[in-house]
Amino acid sequence: MPEFTVKVDQNRYLPEGGREVHAIVTVEASGSGVGPVGGAPGDPAAEVIIIDTSGSMSFGGKMAEAKRAAKAAVDALRDGVHFAVVAGFNFARPVYPKGETMAVADARTKEEAKREIGRLEAAGGTAIGSWLRMAGKMMAAQGGGGVRHAILLTDGKNQHETDAELDVALAEVNGGFVCDCRGVGTDWEVGELRKIASTLLGSVDIVADPRDLEADFRAMTENAMGKSVADVALRVWTPQHGVLKFVKQVSPSLADLTDKRTESGPQSGDYPTGAWGDEVRDYHLCVQVPPGEVGRQMRAAWVKLVAPDGAGGEQVLASGNVLAEWTDDEARSTQINARVAGYTGQAELAEAIQEGLAARREGDLDTATARLGRAVVLARQAGNQQIAGLLDKVVDVIDPVTGTVRLKKDVDKADEMSLDTRSTKTVRTRKDGG
Amino acid sequence: MEPSAAPRCPACAEPVHADDDFCEACGRPLRGAAPPSFQPVPVPPAPALRTPPPGPPPAPQSRPAAAPCAECGGTDISADGYCEQCGLRQPSGREHVEIETAAAVGVSDRGLRHSRNEDAMAVASACGKVVAVVCDGVSSAPRPEDASRVAAETGAAMLTAQLTAGADPREATRAALARAGKAVAALADSPHDAPACTYVSAVVDDTAVTVGWTGDSRAYWISGGDGARPSAALTVDDSWAARMVELGLMTPAEAHADRRAHTVTAWLGADAGAIRPRAETFEPGGSGAVLLCSDGLWNYLPEAAELAEAVHTARARDPRRPPLEIVRTLVRTALEAGGHDNITVVLIPFPPSRAEAADRVPHGEARS
Repeated sequence: MPEFTVKVDQNRYLPEGGREVHAIVTVEASGSGVGPVGGAPGDPAAEVIIIDTSGSMSFGGKMAEAKRAAKAAVDALRDGVHFAVVAGFNFARPVYPKGETMAVADARTKEEAKREIGRLEAAGGTAIGSWLRMAGKMMAAQGGGGVRHAILLTDGKNQHETDAELDVALAEVNGGFVCDCRGVGTDWEVGELRKIASTLLGSVDIVADPRDLEADFRAMTENAMGKSVADVALRVWTPQHGVLKFVKQVSPSLADLTDKRTESGPQSGDYPTGAWGDEVRDYHLCVQVPPGEVGRQMRAAWVKLVAPDGAGGEQVLASGNVLAEWTDDEARSTQINARVAGYTGQAELAEAIQEGLAARREGDLDTATARLGRAVVLARQAGNQQIAGLLDKVVDVIDPVTGTVRLKKDVDKADEMSLDTRSTKTVRTRKDGG
Repeated sequence: MEPSAAPRCPACAEPVHADDDFCEACGRPLRGAAPPSFQPVPVPPAPALRTPPPGPPPAPQSRPAAAPCAECGGTDISADGYCEQCGLRQPSGREHVEIETAAAVGVSDRGLRHSRNEDAMAVASACGKVVAVVCDGVSSAPRPEDASRVAAETGAAMLTAQLTAGADPREATRAALARAGKAVAALADSPHDAPACTYVSAVVDDTAVTVGWTGDSRAYWISGGDGARPSAALTVDDSWAARMVELGLMTPAEAHADRRAHTVTAWLGADAGAIRPRAETFEPGGSGAVLLCSDGLWNYLPEAAELAEAVHTARARDPRRPPLEIVRTLVRTALEAGGHDNITVVLIPFPPSRAEAADRVPHGEARS
């Protein structure tokens, strides 16, 4: 179990009548002693690798690379971890072990799994909801505790299922495991995979070139093996007549958790954060409190990090305070905390990119130009080099300060999808606002 | 519980060797004056010590558990002092505090613009000497109210212990300042999260006044005329403004007009670096009073002459006016001028034996 710390960055001073309190809550876990390859934590861990084997996977060498990637993932499993490999097409088929169960990773089972992966053939359609259900069933059969992770690879749209069917499946498996999603090639839908990943608290990314799959799968699996505590939630207490307007993860990537709230007590709600290894994440909280008189001091939010204690109860791992204090000193109340400002800008950046690209697809070129121009300004402000580089492939920047841009005529589909997919990757703000 | 085998300094509870002549931490002589067995004395130990109630640390937890929320009447108050229903931070009991003993009086007030009183004061007497400490928590650091309280209590307790053990006032003053610095430093979770405060102390006997300080809380001599030396500031601020004046870069008026004027250049706290305890002795030569205060008062009355004038004006209306009334009047003056900061004033009539003779039994009073 790593040590958790919670730190709160905010300007607690409000002007007379002021109501909105913003804070960046930094959660850091360290000293878990679990390395990506070494280590052997007592907690059980489970990994399901889901490979799209629909017919389209046979084009462009995707199937061969997907097999190599799945084998690399199996190799990266720590001995003792429960695992399964699932092939996805119009249905989900357990590839290894046979039957809807999981195997315990060791030299023999890993070899057997890799042999089965080698026999996979591409045929049929795409029905991602059924694949996720299969992973959910396997995890549940395993007991449902500990670190539970899945990798989902697809190359196409969810064509053989309705949106409603996918939504039902997502609701069913929600909370059952964390799922990192990867789209290979450029025929899949960014919005669709983003929805799956955000519901299942995982990452989403594009692997435009199938040859990059192997390294990516290895990295994802190693990352999952580095997790040592699962089902960690951010518990937020707010004062009577206070409203928690939003809770967003803002680093390492943007994820709005506001709608994931489950009530956990009077004036208190839990927001899931999934599994943790040694890592740092930042959250942006916004609370609306009843206005107070000058001099009044209150707790606007009480943030606790909670996790199951392994004996049916729960434990508080760390906590922090978001405060509010009313003052008539304008020098204090008008200051915007640099980290709050930094992450607000980065959230707007992601929005500007997604809206700009959507407008571009719909042929609304004025909106596309305006929004992507705004994105150029924000990316520069945030010092987000990666996004600035991706924007350069979609627009010609005439003036990066004012955000004057021209849409490029021929944009590589992969570049557009990369920009869309990675628009939610943030750069960490520091205390000095850098 | 500490193992009883390890002897400890009776003044500061630092572990000592049985054959040590002095405590390495506080300098207390361990032979002769010390009791035969090394009984640890809790800090603050002195029975004559008067600190504002409620004392037990940390301040926000000092509320009785049963007291309902000052605003919504909710009965669940968390350990860190917030209402579990409406979130209000509960009053600490330090909003307005008064101390009155035979030898010294003090008033500490929140002022009008701050939500907390982050100043603290302590008064004690030992071997015919009067001891007082005033501290001002640094607002930009965490838990300033804890820093000032711990520093004032530790400083007064240490001064009392040192003087009782026979140390001379300057030694006692330096040792107490160093000890208070250690105590404040111990409050820090990390150097980046270090509570901090200023500190000014006075040891007053019938012939001399010894002051010690770090930061910009001040001590003044208020002359009673009658052959006594003229009113004067007894301390030199460790502040940006004082530094500018000292270096000849600005006039006092220019320096104090700058927004950086109040930035302290020395303080007590884990991030303070090595403290150079400053101690000065002053012989008044006649009657008057010693006044310790935080910048909440001297902001409005910076010059010794102005402050003396205010004291005399407050007294002149009624020559037999109790010292506490004079201090209350000074605090009211600061409040009427804006009360922008916490205000703390301690007054020690000089020479102390004259005042003590009038009332042998010290008593304390507090109201909120």
